[in-house]
Amino acid sequence: MARTLINVPPKAKKGEVIAIKTLISHEMETGYRHDNVGKAIPRDIITQFVCTYNGLEIFRADLFPAIAANPFISFFTIATASGAFEFKWTGDNGFSQTETANITVE
Amino acid sequence: MISRDFIGLMLRSSPCPQGEVSVSKHVAAPSFETPALRRAPQDEDGAARSILLICALIGALASTTTVLPAAEIPPNERKSGYDFMGPESRAMQDDDTANPASLWVLDGEALWKRKAGAANKSCADCHGEASETMKGVAARYPAFNATRGRPVNLDQQINMCRAERQQATPLPLEGKELLALNAYVARQSRGMPINATIDERTRPFLEAGRTMFYRRQGQLNFACAQCHDDNWKEKLAGSPITQAHPTGYPLYRLEWQNVGSLQRRLRNCITGMRVDNYPLGANELVDLELFLMWRARGMPMEAPAVRP
Repeated sequence: MARTLINVPPKAKKGEVIAIKTLISHEMETGYRHDNVGKAIPRDIITQFVCTYNGLEIFRADLFPAIAANPFISFFTIATASGAFEFKWTGDNGFSQTETANITVE
Repeated sequence: MISRDFIGLMLRSSPCPQGEVSVSKHVAAPSFETPALRRAPQDEDGAARSILLICALIGALASTTTVLPAAEIPPNERKSGYDFMGPESRAMQDDDTANPASLWVLDGEALWKRKAGAANKSCADCHGEASETMKGVAARYPAFNATRGRPVNLDQQINMCRAERQQATPLPLEGKELLALNAYVARQSRGMPINATIDERTRPFLEAGRTMFYRRQGQLNFACAQCHDDNWKEKLAGSPITQAHPTGYPLYRLEWQNVGSLQRRLRNCITGMRVDNYPLGANELVDLELFLMWRARGMPMEAPAVRP
């Protein structure tokens, strides 16, 4: 399990634009590097990030080897209703991690 | 190897121009100045003039940094590395959820509570809540250790705790676990003034660190102070030189894409100076850490910081 940090405001007014910040620990090994005996280090990256808000997909990103380690992804959405955000990262070697965060919309 | 006298002899006794050409072609590199000086008196003057000019240039370059002994930066002019950063990097450090080092702090918190070793004890079993007991601790390190008879840094202290109290194997230096524990402990001192204890026991080590900071060393014949005391307003390869105050260690360096210790950073600089480097954990590096913490005394702790 990778360590994650999610920043979603716990409360928002209906119609308000809110910022969401996510951070996940991951090596993001590019696949282009070699170790000290010249052996290629296999690629190991996160390839996709998806965020849903009460089941509706609101943000998606494809990640590539040029993305630095421990990807930080920040984006905005409009607070429409109380509920849950679900964040899912998937990647090489069967990497998959899901986190949730709740929001109360008044 | 052909001696210089032999080259001179060959030049003087060359029967034809081709001979001279072939000599200069094959042996010019190791004996550049010798044939030039011997060829003709006016050449000798010319060569002497250019040597003088080079000496003068080196002197002029050196004098900008060494006419006066490197002066300590006045307290009100001291700046943390944070002050040299761009707004994006500052924003990363200011927001814990954007600072990748927070991931290490969370790992460190888990390790703090995890039982380890033959004693089956966690850090928390002795030290309790880190937010209370570790407050200000990182700001005091390196600190004198009576068993070793010298100052130890926080990494060494954590590993001594592991070996003696937890009866566990010490964590590898610069490994993820030790950095995580160190980051977690250091996080408890954020905002507190750096305050390494200087007394009769630690003073000799402070002085050893100071000597290292001001001593020219390595192939480039550089002292730390030439950049970090005298030229911190300048840039090196487009990047600010900074004053080298260790306010935020361990920190997340974007270049490393990882958290690293102060010793890792020091070894970076030392390699750049082309000095035969000191291994991680070397006493020389701990002395230098102590001097740098004394030099940054009173500045607020930012650990775990972000740096480019």
